[in-house]
Amino acid sequence: MFETFQYIALQQYWWIIVSLLGAILVFLMFVQGGQTLIYTLGKSEDERTILVNLLGRKWEITFTTLVTFGGAFFASFPLFYSTSFGGAYWVWMLILIAFVVQAVSYEFRKKPNNLFGHRFYEILLFINGLLGTILIGTAVATFFTGSQFSVDKMNLTLLTGNKMPIISEWTGLAYGLEAALNLQNLALGLTVFFLARVLALLYFMNRVNNTEIMERIKKQLLYNAIPFVIFFLTFTVWLLLSNGFAINPTTKEVFVEPYKYLHNLIAMPIVAVLFVVGVALVLLGIIRPITCFVKCHTKGIWATGIGTILTVFSLFLLAGFNNTAYYPSTFDLQSSLTIENSSSSYYTLTIMSYVSLLVPFVIAYIWYAWRSIDNKKIDIEEIKTETHIY
Amino acid sequence: MEHVDFSLVDWSRAQFALTAMYHYLFVPLTLGLSFIVAFMETQYVRTSNPEWKRITKFWMTLFGINFAIGVATGLILEFEFGTNWSNYSWFVGDIFGAPLAIEGIMAFFLESTFIAVMFFGWNKVSKKFHLISTWLVAIGSNLSALWILVANAWMQYPAGMKFNPDMARNEMVNFWEVLFSPVAMNKFFHTVTSAYVLSSVFVIGVSAWFLLKHRELLFAKKSIIVASVFGLVASLLIIITGDGSARNMAQHQPMKFAAMENLYKGQQNAPLAVIGLLQKNHTDTIIRKQDFTFKIEIPSLLSIMAFQDANAYVPGVDDLVNGNKQHNILSYKERTEKGKISIMSLAEYKNAKKTGNDSIANVALTKFEENYAHFGYGYYANRDVNELVPNIPLTFYSFRIMVGLGFHFIALFLVILILTKKDKIGKKRFILYTALWSIPLAYIASELGWIVAEVGRQPWVIQDILPSIAAVSQIKPASVQLTFWLFFVIFTGLLIAEIKIMLSQIKKGPEPESVDLKTN
Repeated sequence: MFETFQYIALQQYWWIIVSLLGAILVFLMFVQGGQTLIYTLGKSEDERTILVNLLGRKWEITFTTLVTFGGAFFASFPLFYSTSFGGAYWVWMLILIAFVVQAVSYEFRKKPNNLFGHRFYEILLFINGLLGTILIGTAVATFFTGSQFSVDKMNLTLLTGNKMPIISEWTGLAYGLEAALNLQNLALGLTVFFLARVLALLYFMNRVNNTEIMERIKKQLLYNAIPFVIFFLTFTVWLLLSNGFAINPTTKEVFVEPYKYLHNLIAMPIVAVLFVVGVALVLLGIIRPITCFVKCHTKGIWATGIGTILTVFSLFLLAGFNNTAYYPSTFDLQSSLTIENSSSSYYTLTIMSYVSLLVPFVIAYIWYAWRSIDNKKIDIEEIKTETHIY
Repeated sequence: MEHVDFSLVDWSRAQFALTAMYHYLFVPLTLGLSFIVAFMETQYVRTSNPEWKRITKFWMTLFGINFAIGVATGLILEFEFGTNWSNYSWFVGDIFGAPLAIEGIMAFFLESTFIAVMFFGWNKVSKKFHLISTWLVAIGSNLSALWILVANAWMQYPAGMKFNPDMARNEMVNFWEVLFSPVAMNKFFHTVTSAYVLSSVFVIGVSAWFLLKHRELLFAKKSIIVASVFGLVASLLIIITGDGSARNMAQHQPMKFAAMENLYKGQQNAPLAVIGLLQKNHTDTIIRKQDFTFKIEIPSLLSIMAFQDANAYVPGVDDLVNGNKQHNILSYKERTEKGKISIMSLAEYKNAKKTGNDSIANVALTKFEENYAHFGYGYYANRDVNELVPNIPLTFYSFRIMVGLGFHFIALFLVILILTKKDKIGKKRFILYTALWSIPLAYIASELGWIVAEVGRQPWVIQDILPSIAAVSQIKPASVQLTFWLFFVIFTGLLIAEIKIMLSQIKKGPEPESVDLKTN
């Protein structure tokens, strides 16, 4: 089947898959958002335990999606893997550390004799929620704003001279941390942070059976939705008005084009529709529970969740499609990464495309397994009778 | 290569070694205990005996604690290929990335989805669905081992690929050759079976502690029987796959083999030093020669191990470094020259292509391809070829201690199984103490196995094609140093916490039946 595809079609297919994984990852970061709200929403130990356990049953899927996102990016666009990870070293390392400390915190938190006490593990969860979201958002923003690096594959043949035989060289000052100094990048970082919190609040709303917590959720939803909308609008307006990194389809030369991302949106109506529908769904899921008076709607997570996936997905498509360099270099424009110059070979993409057919099956069993254990809302009673708690 | 920053290479290697060794402290228990727990739960579902449920839940709790920290350390490893070995990521990413992605899609989701059912589904799903979930966790974790070991084996024996000079990278040409390469299959089975042995030793050791304390006697004996049978079966497979590993190594990584055996001069009917003590020889003119001060040898066994033929010739360190015409072995000097030609021809090819001179490009390409088998050696042109010899004492001793411990575990499984079956184990305190103290030994054996595999192949990241000095990322050594110490502190802190939690869970023992039945 995939053998009949052209090389560029496979490259685009894989950009779609990577984009989809990135979009699902952002949605699943409600776990991270929730980790920053444990003390805001849970005023007693029991309440906090409810919240931690609600997140604890989902954290591994977010974590696995992150790992798979990395693996899929490596398999399909290895030049990105080598250039960005090996260059923006500190950003990625801090993200990784933030996730390392998360992985043990649920399991260790309530276990007796855990060396540091439960507070320590809750702080680690908070760090993961704060750094993980902001830094991933900031790193993804560089897909639009660019980074400083050069790529020269022929460096591999440097046996003498002053340079090491290394293909990708980062020229940014702080191995990627300089990205956080760019306000546009930071705006996306903070968007992701507040979005993750909003998603977490909607998730809790859907799963918690506790009136006190519910009251606090409603209040917090408004407090977090406002900065989310402000930062999101700031980033989006900025993006649509800013210069972008276009590719000349004949010469493959990269050049700066004013309003490039706005042009992309106009040139790809499907992406524009995805974006608009996505944003509308995100807002719908938030507004309905905020504006309720008597019986509140608790299913906002579905609209906002699906909306998040559609919006992030369309942003990734804006970054990589329509002759756009998805990982631009502001240091050397011609070193910018495009889906064509950074991808795996035709053969590898074909093989991986067959593997990608497993994805719907994976989503189906995750759905089935979750339905089977999440069949009722969680309250203190359930936590007290549960034999395995976090 | 005077421009290579060796402190960067060394710190990058140290960081990778640190994270890999920490990761492998937790992985084997996950791989084996997941199956042991699945066997136990199967017993519970078959017999409906609540004692089996208690047993299952106890080991499952320990599994969970260990699993979490294994996940934490594993994340770093995947991304370190990019962060610290960026050249490598491009040079072979076309082949190496695929198994990592497949691991995520095929294995990690299976593991992480059903682990939630395993822990939280006891009161929510049917017994059968729960059992299937437990089995799927075991299968998922072992599938993930398959893919990462395929990736590792490929670095030791790069199969199914071709260099694409236009892209300056290796590209996959046959996925099945990568997946089913003899080295990959052997490595997978050898590694997972060794993990089963470690897990069996762990279960037996912990159960022995309960017997020594006269607690939970039935629980301990049942656990011992499951683990010792599993351990014995795994041990048999280890012997077979270990033998396969040696042959693969002799064929594809002769220097690693020579170093592991401290074979300086190659010979026919090469003997195997079963036990040996090395004396460092300080004569500079002799390359990495390590004399034995003491050894017990079995004649011709090394030749049999390597080539299944007592008369076979096994090359030594000296033959590989200085060459051996009689056996058609090129010296490292010759290989570095050929490697240099290959690298320079690639540059020539690219320049000719740029200027549109096809005839020069074709000549350069032919020269490049003729010498590509030595490509990585080119980076050692004008350097001391000594750097291409791995640390002999470390690989030599690691291998022997690992094998010795392997036989110790087989004996332990046998003795303890027979004594438990005869119901005499409770009185054999010496055996019980031996079982208990074998737990750290199993971890030592596991780590030593990886030291043989990874130290023995130095300096190659991809055997003969890419050395670590040409695979590294361009970062300030101070940054790598800082992340090294960060990881060291974080992992060590978490390891101490994990051990303390494990110990208190073990001391607490399985939940009393009454508590468990409440939620049954």
